[in-house]
Amino acid sequence: MWWRSASFIRDRQNQNQNPNPNPKPFSLLHSALDDPPSPHTSASMATINPNPNPISAYYQTRAEHHAVVTPDWLAQSQTAAEAASGDASVSSEGTAGGSKGEVRGVGVIEEFNYWRKKPDLAEAVAAIMALGAAIRSSEANTMIELDIELKKASNTLKSWDTTSISLSAACDLFIRYVTRTSALEYEDFDAAKRRLIERAEKFGEISLKARNTIAMLSQDFISDGCTILVHGYSRVVLEVLKMAASNRKLFRVLCTEGRPDRTGLRFSKELAALGVPVKLLIDSAVAYAMDEVDMVFVGADGVVESGGIINMMGTYQVALVAHSMNKPIYVAAESYKFARLYPLDQKDLEPALRPIDFGVPLPSGVEVETSARDYTPPQYLTLLFTDLGVLTPSVVSDELIQLYV
Amino acid sequence: MDLRRPNRPVIGPKVRQVGFVTPDSSSVSAAASSSIPAVVATTSPGSPPSSLSPVMIPPPRHPSTEINNPHYHHVGSYNPSEQILGSPPVLSPSRSSRFEADGSDFGEDDEESVALSGVGGGMTPKGSLLMPQPVAKTVPLVSETNKRDSNVSKGKGAGPSVATKEKLTRAERRAAQEAQRAAKAAAKEAAASGGVPSASKQPKPSTKPIPQQKKDGITGSGPTQAIALAGSIEKKQGKKEVVAPHPRMQFDDMMKVGKLKKRAVVNQSEARNRVELFRHLPQYEHGTQLPDLELKYFQLEPIHPSVYQVGLQFLSDKISGGNARCIAMLLAFKEVIQDYTTPPEKTLTRDLMTKINSCVSFLTECRPLSVSMGNAIRFLKNRISSLPHNLADKEAKSSLQSDIDRFINEKIIIAGKAIVEHSVSKICDGDVLLTYGSPSVVESILTYAHEIKKNFRVVVVDSRPKHEGQILLRRLVERGIQCTYTHINAVSYVMHEVTRVFLGASSVLSNGTVYSRVGTACVAMVAHAFRVPVLVCCEAYKFHDRVQLDSICSNELGDPDAISKVYGRKDLDYLDSWAQNENLQLLNLKYDATPSDYVSVLVTEQGMLPPTSVPVIIREYGIERLWA
Repeated sequence: MWWRSASFIRDRQNQNQNPNPNPKPFSLLHSALDDPPSPHTSASMATINPNPNPISAYYQTRAEHHAVVTPDWLAQSQTAAEAASGDASVSSEGTAGGSKGEVRGVGVIEEFNYWRKKPDLAEAVAAIMALGAAIRSSEANTMIELDIELKKASNTLKSWDTTSISLSAACDLFIRYVTRTSALEYEDFDAAKRRLIERAEKFGEISLKARNTIAMLSQDFISDGCTILVHGYSRVVLEVLKMAASNRKLFRVLCTEGRPDRTGLRFSKELAALGVPVKLLIDSAVAYAMDEVDMVFVGADGVVESGGIINMMGTYQVALVAHSMNKPIYVAAESYKFARLYPLDQKDLEPALRPIDFGVPLPSGVEVETSARDYTPPQYLTLLFTDLGVLTPSVVSDELIQLYV
Repeated sequence: MDLRRPNRPVIGPKVRQVGFVTPDSSSVSAAASSSIPAVVATTSPGSPPSSLSPVMIPPPRHPSTEINNPHYHHVGSYNPSEQILGSPPVLSPSRSSRFEADGSDFGEDDEESVALSGVGGGMTPKGSLLMPQPVAKTVPLVSETNKRDSNVSKGKGAGPSVATKEKLTRAERRAAQEAQRAAKAAAKEAAASGGVPSASKQPKPSTKPIPQQKKDGITGSGPTQAIALAGSIEKKQGKKEVVAPHPRMQFDDMMKVGKLKKRAVVNQSEARNRVELFRHLPQYEHGTQLPDLELKYFQLEPIHPSVYQVGLQFLSDKISGGNARCIAMLLAFKEVIQDYTTPPEKTLTRDLMTKINSCVSFLTECRPLSVSMGNAIRFLKNRISSLPHNLADKEAKSSLQSDIDRFINEKIIIAGKAIVEHSVSKICDGDVLLTYGSPSVVESILTYAHEIKKNFRVVVVDSRPKHEGQILLRRLVERGIQCTYTHINAVSYVMHEVTRVFLGASSVLSNGTVYSRVGTACVAMVAHAFRVPVLVCCEAYKFHDRVQLDSICSNELGDPDAISKVYGRKDLDYLDSWAQNENLQLLNLKYDATPSDYVSVLVTEQGMLPPTSVPVIIREYGIERLWA
């Protein structure tokens, strides 16, 4: 919209007239690589993302979990992760204030890191577990203190990675779910606390089981002889396909390559190990291959209030192609990824940036789009498989209203 | 936010039994009719009925007979949604008279239904909620109306044995008929016609299977519609009293118009040449009402001067805009209540209600009510009827007045501020925002965004004949916001440089349709075609639980002169004697309906929602809580 618009030209002219470098949103498009000394060209950008590292912390975790193919990317992300966790502990001290709060904040992070190390556990579930532990180990004597402590812990976790949608969504949902109980009005603090712990455990349990639930729900949609296109590496989708394979369903999978972190390669490897026939496509062959595809399966980084999803770059494009060819697009996402966000367009997201290795040196003066994820509007999605059931996109908002309003 | 929903039950664990549970027969039948059979089959069974998972949309529990009932689909231009909804059930002693006094606008059916509950009924669910009054007392009246109604309303309910069915709703009647037919037993027939308890709201045993079935799944007819309507129906279902709402006043029915005229306070002469499609809407010769009303001022005993003043302001368009009209009306009512004294041998709740009713019908004659006003009236009547009987006049009055103040403050002013907060987060530097007309909320959004130093540009789109956009434009330019002004003819030209479209709404209906100033749909459609996000800003008190698919069946006609004449241009007098020409019909519509497809997001005080979530908000808050 911006580039062809008259207003853009006008704004450009205005800019030329008065050289006041007022930050414009389209300066976000200029990549970090464009301007090496200061990674973020705009001041507003810096306020949005306090983490000065150009790599999204979310992708650091993914890199750790998924053992991304490129070794230098891995090394890079590992150093970044160290730097980021250093940042996080600093910031947690900053936010926590008093000495007791500080201990609490660090405790949550430790707990979180402990859970995060488990290879099969999603970051968000780790956060849920860590928050549950925070309630259990809390020394608060009143409900209000406990509430404040919990909020503090959740804020600490959220500030650990501001770009991860599922992490902050899970923290919010946990707080809403756990504290939204009449138990808070109990006379007896211990009873109330027990109730909270109970609910926290329940929530943790549900989150742990979520993938399995989703896999069970989606079995009816996979029929013998179907061809499934998968974009990105999603553990839920993998679980779905694993279960389908173990149910002796005969199906074929097409995997996109998933540049730049080549998630598709890893996904195809896992599937091949299960004995599922799998074919690898380059990302640009999606439309070419769509003819023979029966359904598209994708995961999601976050499910937003409109019912759309935020997912790895390329999902929108796959969904558009599938939609125009009338193929169903199924999203597998756990309910803790439901976030209270409402992006209106692609630029309306907090950008998660990631380096892209083109294999050759970049020509000078060329900028690179480093955004790592895109937003797929709900009208392109057919169904969402969640642990709450199989939902149409519009139900996501209903669900969130139920919880938040 | 939590304050409004104090007694919210604890949400159970969000777990649903999944996997390979054999679905029971009813859910299978529901699944068969659904477009996504597997979904229903896997999700509906298993979940225990008590702890309905929050994600599960409460199934539409109104009797399918009602939907399938051929009697419900009237030919003509009634609003069919009303019938499907079974929305505001009306069964009132005062109905037939009230009805004629009413204009043909949204507010009508709401306040009508409340009106009746105030005056006499304890029959409707709402009525019983509002007025704990003896039902038995009103029964003869009700039956009388009902009988009259069944005769009047095009003979549709004229099944056999009308006399025995006085207290039955149409749905029940239908159900009974079907049961009879199925049994084909004369004995049973006799039992059915004789054995209906007088005020019973329970369906008879023979009809039970039908409601049961819909409890389990989606009813036979369109699942999406059923889902959308679930919220409004759910509540009514509890009382088993689903009455077909009365069709709205049709102004092409000469007999009824004649009756209406006899009662009318304002003497209105109707314009002659009206567009065929819109004959059911009232259209009066402009300029004839005002002098007439002025003359009558001293004869109009019962109308309070402040209401009279507001009515005149409505009539002359001095006050326009949903919020402004609503606030003006509420303030006038506040004064009415202030000056009110209960006459001897009457109770405040009843007498004040009739007083308010007469004020409302006066205002309706001046200009049809908007949805926001209808909802506000419903709220006020709700408050009045829920006053304790033993309350002294003074306390009752002060409590009502503070209720009105609270409504204005919470539902309109604070809600507006919340909307501003939410919307401003979607404005970034460099944006070009487009707005149409002069929505008050959008004005405050733009002003606030400017105050917090956002750097943006505004395109104000305007249209003939009211040129409301100029008011907005003037205020924005005064504040130093960079503006572009254009008419709606050029909207497709300016749209390509726009990044966000902000629109106001007169009402948002249950299917997400936005009912707003005429031209809004056009702007939204163009924006949609250009892939520009459309944000509709609307307070939740303007939500309405009806469904409307087009802008024909319910609308308001403006002065046709306004579009035929160009003021200040003497040379453009081609249509000077239009009123005499039989072949010329002028149409000046005031509202239109924007389909929800064109709306990207609905900004309410509850946050940003997709338009599909309107029924959820209505359901979650409950009609009463939303407006009370």
